[in-house]
Amino acid sequence: MRREAAPRAFPSSLGIGIYANGLPALRATRAGQGHTWSRAEGWGGGTFIRLLVYSFTLFCLAVTTADAAQPFRPDPLKSGIDFVGAEVRGLQQDDFASPAMLWATRGEKLWATPAGKSGKSCASCHQDARVSMKGVTAKYPKVDPGSARLVNVEGCINICRTRHQQAEPLRYESDELLSLTVYVGLHSRGMPMAVTIDPQNRRNFERGRDLFYTRQGQINLACTHCHDRNFGRKLLNDTISQGHGNPYPAYRLEWQTLGSLHRRLRACFFGVRAEMPPAGSQDLLDLELFLAWRAQGLKVETPGVRR
Amino acid sequence: MMQRVCIAAAAAVLAGCAAGGGELRYTLRDGEIAAPLTSAAPDAERGRKILISRDSNCILCHAAPETGERFFGNLAPPLSGVGRRLNAAQLRARIVDPFYFDKDTIMPAYYRVGGLNRVAENLRGKPILSAEQIEDVIAYLLTLQ
Ligand code: HEC
Ligand code: HEC
Repeated sequence: MRREAAPRAFPSSLGIGIYANGLPALRATRAGQGHTWSRAEGWGGGTFIRLLVYSFTLFCLAVTTADAAQPFRPDPLKSGIDFVGAEVRGLQQDDFASPAMLWATRGEKLWATPAGKSGKSCASCHQDARVSMKGVTAKYPKVDPGSARLVNVEGCINICRTRHQQAEPLRYESDELLSLTVYVGLHSRGMPMAVTIDPQNRRNFERGRDLFYTRQGQINLACTHCHDRNFGRKLLNDTISQGHGNPYPAYRLEWQTLGSLHRRLRACFFGVRAEMPPAGSQDLLDLELFLAWRAQGLKVETPGVRR
Repeated sequence: MMQRVCIAAAAAVLAGCAAGGGELRYTLRDGEIAAPLTSAAPDAERGRKILISRDSNCILCHAAPETGERFFGNLAPPLSGVGRRLNAAQLRARIVDPFYFDKDTIMPAYYRVGGLNRVAENLRGKPILSAEQIEDVIAYLLTLQ
């Protein structure tokens, strides 16, 4: 996975990547690769102009390289809830009407239910979630010190199950795992998303970022094409949002149920006719970290409601 | 393998990309692909159906009320009147290889199998639309005057 699929016969993902931050796209003319781009030619054949173009290109490269850890973020950031109709917004805002709250109630029960050989429940170690889980989801995904791997809330719950409860891990997208993830998330609701990028998670961040900017699938689009450049516009009936993870797990009317962020991301991969990484896979975790960084400051809405 | 069949010329682009045995060949020159991709007779009505189908996804981005559909995306310019603005050779180039015009475009290249990332396994080596389908779509677009 590279941002530039340079050795291939066709330019596929050139000029997106970190160059997407509002700078004029770099229009390369690749000798011997079968393509000339009309606009590059349209700039005129004069050597002087060419020199200007080249130096500007170098300048852009310098800027973007120096700024590699700070790729484009939509400004102002807008939650997906700002792109849905009043009816869906009403559902999310009213805990009594929100279908997602069913999972929160289930999660609350599971929190206090012993599991595994240890006979312990989550509450045995973490006591009152309102205190111990406050702000936790806002800081995930995070590197687990025990395994030195990036984990999201779902992964963290499963680490507790196997390590501390001596229970089987819960299946991704199972009702139990969704319920517990929602219940944990509920205690971050309204708090700003606040992951930090540090030496432990930088590689994950960079992989997630690269995935976000890489064209994929038969349709050959990257996340950035829809969620940075075209939010607010319509893809048939769907208004495209900025693509933030802040409401997840969320109830989607389209699914008639609640689902994880990874389920939604898989739908986007499916949409561009790309291979779908499995839920819980490294690709989706890295992407989740990048999305969390990109959404920094937006409020956690777990459990959200979407179309 | 790709390098071998994709031959570059100064002003013309002769693109042929092999994958999974199939080969897609066309000559794109000055923003036009003059020769039809297939000798089969095109059918505008079939083209209309393809345009609004999930095979092509055209109306996910483009409005085309003439098709009789009611819902369209607006990521792209409406196709109304496109048959007046562009001739068959120009339409063919736009659909086969929009990257020729703008390498940053969001419009998919409908007749391309090379240089793609992570394509779903069942679709690898297949263009989004077949040569026949593209010619049908062009025939339909030409009716949008
Ligand atoms: C062809 C357009 C397109 C592409 C490419 C695309 N998405 Fe989406 N995405 C959508 C649409 C449409 C929705 C549903 C409406 C919405 O919430 O934005 C969506 C929803 C989402 C959501 C849920 C937002 C919410 O508030 O519920 C996230 C997160 C997301 N996309 C991330 C991504 C990522 C990451 C990628 C790349 C792997 C990607 N998308 C690629 C069109 C796209
Ligand atoms: C993901 C979005 C998307 C899809 C799907 C798409 N297009 Fe486009 N199309 C565009 C955009 C954006 C443009 C404007 C030029 C550009 O950016 O390349 C365009 C331009 C065009 C043009 C040139 C229009 C003009 O007035 O110059 C034609 C013709 C066209 N598209 C036909 C089609 C057909 C036919 C299909 C389906 C087989 C299709 N498009 C699918 C996004 C799309």
